[in-house]
Order: sequence, then C-alpha cells, then structure tokens
Amino acid sequence: MTETMGPAAVRGLSREGIAERVATDLRDGFVVNLGVGIPLLIPRFIPAGAEVVLHAENGVLGLGPAPPPGQEDPDLTDAGKQPVTLISGAAIVDSATSFAIVRGGHLDVTVLGALQVSADGDLANWYVPGKNPAVGGAMDLVAGAREVWVVMEHIDRTGRPKIVKKCTFPLTGRRVVTRVYTDLAVFHLEDGQLRLKECAPGVPPAAVRERTAAPYVDDFSG
Amino acid sequence: MIDKLRADVMSVLDVVPSGASLAVGGFGSSGRPDTLLDALCDLDRRDLHLIVNNVGSDFTGVGRLLAEGRIRRLTASFPVLPEFYDEYFAGKVELELVPQGTLAERLRAGGSGIPAFYTPSGAGTMLADGTFPLSYTADGAAAAERMTRRETRDFGGREHVLEYGIVADFGLVKAYQGDRKGNLRFRLSARNFNPLAGMAGRRTFAEIQHLVEVDELHPDDIHLPGVFVDDVLLASDASPKQPTIAGYSS
Repeated sequence: MTETMGPAAVRGLSREGIAERVATDLRDGFVVNLGVGIPLLIPRFIPAGAEVVLHAENGVLGLGPAPPPGQEDPDLTDAGKQPVTLISGAAIVDSATSFAIVRGGHLDVTVLGALQVSADGDLANWYVPGKNPAVGGAMDLVAGAREVWVVMEHIDRTGRPKIVKKCTFPLTGRRVVTRVYTDLAVFHLEDGQLRLKECAPGVPPAAVRERTAAPYVDDFSG
Repeated sequence: MIDKLRADVMSVLDVVPSGASLAVGGFGSSGRPDTLLDALCDLDRRDLHLIVNNVGSDFTGVGRLLAEGRIRRLTASFPVLPEFYDEYFAGKVELELVPQGTLAERLRAGGSGIPAFYTPSGAGTMLADGTFPLSYTADGAAAAERMTRRETRDFGGREHVLEYGIVADFGLVKAYQGDRKGNLRFRLSARNFNPLAGMAGRRTFAEIQHLVEVDELHPDDIHLPGVFVDDVLLASDASPKQPTIAGYSS
C-alpha cells in the first residue's frame, strides 16, 4: 500500500453502491452495453418494472443472468466470454450488425470503466503503455452510443485524481463522455462543461473538489 | 448438381499455402472453426496472416497456430493470450490492432465490394494516428514498424477515419447447420464474426456441426447463403488439438 499525503479520508460509495446509483438512472426501454468491472454489477439493481435491454458486442441483445451450474451453453456467451442466458424477447445478430447498433446511434447508453476522464470528456480506458494492448469494442462504443457513462473510483490506487485536465493515458475517444459516476460524486458533461450534479451521501463538496484535477462547476439543479 | 460437401479436411485445406491471409470466425472459442485451424497446423502451414477478433485464452484453435509459431501477422481487436504478447514484444509476430466494430465492418465491406469506408471509431487515438507499433525489434526495445496513419475527414463537424475493407485469401467459418449447397445457419452467439469472415474470403471453407438436407433450412433461416461458401466439411467431434511442436517459444 502506498502512503500518500492526500486530503483527509472520506468514505464514499462501495462498488455495489456506485452500480446501484447508476442503475437508478436507467430508464424503461433503454438499450445498454455494460463493460467489465463495476458496470457488470449494475443489472441486479435495475429498478423493477424497467425493461432494460442489455447488449453484448458479440451480438446479443437481451442478455440475462448467468445460467445455473451445469446449464452453460458454449454457444451463448457475453463479450467477456462468460456463459449467459437470454431474456424473453432477446435477439442474436452477427458482429457487424452488433456494431451497427452501436455506431448507428441505436444504443442508448454504454457504461464503462476508465483510467482517466478529462475536463473535455476525453476518455482513456483501453491501454496502459508497457502493458499488453487490447481494445475490443471500446472505441466503437464510445464513438457510437448516444450516452457514454463512465463508472470508476474517484482516485486511483496511489491517490491520484482520475478526473483530470488532460488525459495522459492513450485515448479511447475524444469528447465522448457524457456522465461520470464515482464513489464520491456524479458529474455530467453538458455543452463541453463538466458539472458536479451530486455528491455521495456524507461526502462534502469540498472533498470532491480536493480530489478532482479538472475544472468544473457546481450544478445541483438536478 | 452443386455439391460442396467434402470428406477429407486435409486434402481440401492443402490448397492453402504458407503465407496466406485467413479471415477466421469465432469469438474466443465460441464459433471458432477448430477443425480447419487444426488442419492448417497438421499441414505445417506457416507465415500466416490471421484476421480474427481474438486469439482465445489457451493453446487450442488460433492459440495452437500461435504456439506452433505459424502466425506472421495478427489483425485483431483483443488478442488476450499472454504468450501472444511475448511474441509481439519479441518482434516475432505483427499486431494490427483494430477496434472490434471496425474489424467486423472491414470484413463485411471487403466481402461486399466496398474498398473503404469512414467510421468515427478510433478517431483521435493511437490506432488511427500512426503511432501504434505494428511490430517490435527483437529486443523489444523499440517499434520496428508502426500501423499506417489513417486518412481522416470531417462529416457533420466530427472527425472520421478511413478504414479499408478486408479481402482475405481464405475464409474459415464454423456453422451449426449446413447443406451440400453451402447454405449455413449459426447458433446463438456462435454466429459473431462467422458470416463476415465467410464473406471476406476469396475461397471460404465451412465446418459444420450438423449436415442437413437441402430445403431442411428454410430460406428465411439461412444466415450465410452458399454463394459465399466453397467447401463444406463436417466439424470434428473431438476436442481441439493441443500444440504438437514447439514454436517461437522453444
């Protein structure tokens, strides 16, 4: 564990708490792609009565939960190659059509993790130089989805802010992020301006300000 | 009579020379044409350019080709297998890293007579600006060659990149059902890149899990019609083979 001279400790949302917070913003009828990590915790928190269609890059529209042990079907996986089930009304398409859904603006939201988000909405989440590069569908998803919601810890493991003036990691897309959900706060990007919309319960706005390395305005207007 | 059904995979794949480019279906092991890939290994083909979404997570299928040192270049979005990167950083295999949707569309375009198209995916990133290393020097210290810088153009005030369609020497696909005319039907998410790889091959081989009579597949239910398919082979029931020779890693 690295000791850092940072601001006083503050307790924000757990990973499940962040997932639950995002889920409350998913609307009935949304078609949504969920990335690995915290986004995969979201389905269990989708409000009852909201019919949300989950999309997987490998051509599934209408992902259901994991099958019970012994009932896995090798021909039915999600984009992480894990066995899944289908919901009623699901559809299967080939990979080109799957990304036509993404790029064509038919996907309401893509929810994914990030290394960094910049004040302009640039996103870096695919590659740490020196590590093994792989991109998958991330660049298509952020270029094509109507909304790009980033879900991440507010600061990295060494205490550095992940919301920054300018990304230092290689970009996944420029000016693509529309919302950021962290353990401490929710930001929206509107008209090229980063806006703090809410703080997690018990988190003072000053604590968010101390841990954010990009300019933003307070906008608690809802 | 049209009869594309072949009995012996080795004699059919014997037309594939070392150095060929191959568009391969599958997403991980789901829908991956292991019978065809194993035949390429058993025929000792080398220096191959594979266009496939990912290598997979073990040394079967595409992983076997890698382990046996048969891949010269990989065009993919998500290689995954750590040993692939060992070879990449040792300058032994080239990586053309492509966003997954761009890869799918490049195959579809190539198979559709569309030489190039503009897409917003990847604009402003390392995969478009000519900086991503296509290959490394043998000591891994520096890039030996970099991916081509993509031409760009503004549409509606937004930057798009020009991507080229892919036509491969051969297409390798796996289907759930097929008939002697080469009509194919896939099953669930094993469809993935298979129809696109089949379209992109100048000559396409299909391994099928179940042979059906002509007309057993309803015309509305054919995912890839036989016009795209040249040779139909029954998929082996056996598990995909493990590497039988040591390749780069020896």
